[in-house]
Amino acid sequence: MKIEIKNGRVIDPASGLDRATSVFATAGRIVGIGDKAPGGFQAEGVIDATGCVVCPGLVDLSARLREPGFEYKATLESEMAAAAAGGVTRLVCPPDTDPPLDEPGLVEMLKHRARQPGFAHVHPMGALTVGLAGQRLTEMAELTEAGCIAFGQASVSIVDTQVLMRAMQYAATFGFPVWLQAQDAHLAKLGVAHDGAVSARLGLAGIPVVAETVALATYLQLARETGARLHVRRLSSAAGLAMIRAARADGLAVSCDITVQHLHLCDEDIGFFDAHMRLDPPLRSATDRAALAAGLADGSIDVLCSDHTPVDDDAKQQPFGEAEAGATGLELLLPLTLRWAMEAGIPLPQALARVTSDPARILGLLDRGCGRLVPGAPADICVFDPAARFTVSRERLKSQGKNTPFLGRELQGEVRYTLIDGHLAYSADRLL
Amino acid sequence: MTQANPQLNQHGELIHLLSIEGLSREILHGILDRAEPFTAVAEREVKKVPLLRGKSVFNLFFENSTRTRTTFEIAAKRLSADVINLNINTSSAAKGESLLDTVDNLAAMQADMFVVRHASSGAPYLIAQHLAATGRDHIHVVNAGDGRHSHPTQGLLDMYTIRHYKQDFTKLTVAVVGDILHSRVARSQLHALVTLGVPEIRLVGPQTLLPTAAAQMIPNAPLRVCHDMAEGLRGADVVMMLRLQNERMQGALLPSPQEYFKSYGLTPEKLALAKPDAIVMHPGPMNRGVEIDSAVADGRQAVILPQVTFGIAVRMAVMSMLAGVSQ
Repeated sequence: MKIEIKNGRVIDPASGLDRATSVFATAGRIVGIGDKAPGGFQAEGVIDATGCVVCPGLVDLSARLREPGFEYKATLESEMAAAAAGGVTRLVCPPDTDPPLDEPGLVEMLKHRARQPGFAHVHPMGALTVGLAGQRLTEMAELTEAGCIAFGQASVSIVDTQVLMRAMQYAATFGFPVWLQAQDAHLAKLGVAHDGAVSARLGLAGIPVVAETVALATYLQLARETGARLHVRRLSSAAGLAMIRAARADGLAVSCDITVQHLHLCDEDIGFFDAHMRLDPPLRSATDRAALAAGLADGSIDVLCSDHTPVDDDAKQQPFGEAEAGATGLELLLPLTLRWAMEAGIPLPQALARVTSDPARILGLLDRGCGRLVPGAPADICVFDPAARFTVSRERLKSQGKNTPFLGRELQGEVRYTLIDGHLAYSADRLL
Repeated sequence: MTQANPQLNQHGELIHLLSIEGLSREILHGILDRAEPFTAVAEREVKKVPLLRGKSVFNLFFENSTRTRTTFEIAAKRLSADVINLNINTSSAAKGESLLDTVDNLAAMQADMFVVRHASSGAPYLIAQHLAATGRDHIHVVNAGDGRHSHPTQGLLDMYTIRHYKQDFTKLTVAVVGDILHSRVARSQLHALVTLGVPEIRLVGPQTLLPTAAAQMIPNAPLRVCHDMAEGLRGADVVMMLRLQNERMQGALLPSPQEYFKSYGLTPEKLALAKPDAIVMHPGPMNRGVEIDSAVADGRQAVILPQVTFGIAVRMAVMSMLAGVSQ
């Protein structure tokens, strides 16, 4: 189908393009950007983007689909609808499914199931070790062939540092990226909240910042030693960020991301034991939160992700420490990015880069036009109304996971259309 | 995000007792004042008043505790309530029923009050919020101890005891000694002491038994951390000892009970550093020879048994106050 998106504010963060013009797509690709249609282009569908921003579809580096194994929490269908409604056209799913993504067959099955018109592009993250148990390496080459884009341990730490080093050496041999969350398993043991004044007052077992920095110190040294391409997932503390900055200044090519939750919330938001604030890693102090926001603005933090984790009500409606960690986020990634941009005074193209071109760069797909609006790029496009306000509610969320700290909050920025490979995956209005 | 304090109604009146935190000095003194006449009830020939006649008080104990459950049971019975004791860690929870399902079932049995003990910090809040969300907030919740968070009736009976012996809170130096990290009793005491205007509160213990942010745990409170027992006790008016759980005596927190006793056990020699008229408190049950020497526990400065007696009166005061009845 030939589609013209007209009258919108077209933003391509990677090139800095930001002007009112049209985007033309044919057969799943962008074929032109400009005020005049390419020669011979006859639109079959027209999207009037008056008052809207037209940007690359969002790329989310961490979104759990809960398949296989946790279909009572979410299904591919429910979460793909959520992704499309959130303007997310490409996502990475962590390997902590049941069974974990440690076998090529599982990855092929997931890729196959996700290959449907209107579904976001799914890039599985392979398990670094079999069963995420931290003992035996997975068949990383086979898994890569099956579609894994990186290897990691989701939230499970590798306790045996020798295994971790071997895994990084092996991944480095083939150039496979290693994505790790920095959390020392022993120092985080039994903890449920940031170890600080709030957890002290509420009597919640603490996870100290050193649980992050001790693990991070190990990862950074091993990355330097082995040459593995390290991406640090879900950074949570100012001290951790300072270590990333120092490592980069020292010449190490390391990247990192944070979640929308950690960008906007801190441990004080736990209030009276609000289990929506039970997250992994824990929400840290207000000072940490401010440091992360500054790091995202200056580029020390490469990417903002949703860390979408559908949690069912039975698992969430528990005393704080017993509640399952996680929040639904695919549909909130865009409005929470916009909110940060507005609060911090970040120009829109720069803010959108953190959820489009920057994550595509981490995935090694930027050169292929992913996360971009340029002729030849896949027609993965998000059209949103930056002024539209809405209140986050269970009814409104398309994800099967209805639990998020932002329930009841008013946010700004509503997706009107999402195109994936030129296919209309989501539409808040009817096509003209 | 600020949430409304779920233990107060919109007029600022107490509908549940979940924590001392957030309660005003007036409410605290109001409870202590209300407890005064109840101490006399125990001395009558018929130890009963009819204030809660016809009301059903459910003791929901998700964690075992004979002593606390018994004191609540006695308090409710002296108020003439019907008391139903449920030891839930041996019944529903073992069968996989969720906390809120259990609560729904018991609420359907026309409970008027839940007295809740739970191993997880915040569990009574979840119950109170659930009751409010489902339109059943006529059922009152009393926290009888949740995880490490709070044990408000213990905190209140401790304040009753201090007020009884020392009258004015605003001139006192109070030392809280022991395993503050894991202690819900300590957290309740601290909130109460701060609210009642105690100008100096010392948190005494080794680093492994204190929260990392101990001195900051209550904003703008006069909390001072002392790792040295002598420094913590010097000139104190009130010494509040905490129980050391058996499982914490050996391992990564402490090397041995003997070594703990040497550094932090309250002996007559160490107590001599406090004011001569200092009182010694303990929430019980005591580990003699671990946190407290028998000579102190049985000595003239100990007020440990009066604490127990006052505890019944304070719990009667709380229950009758929540039920909206007065003597």
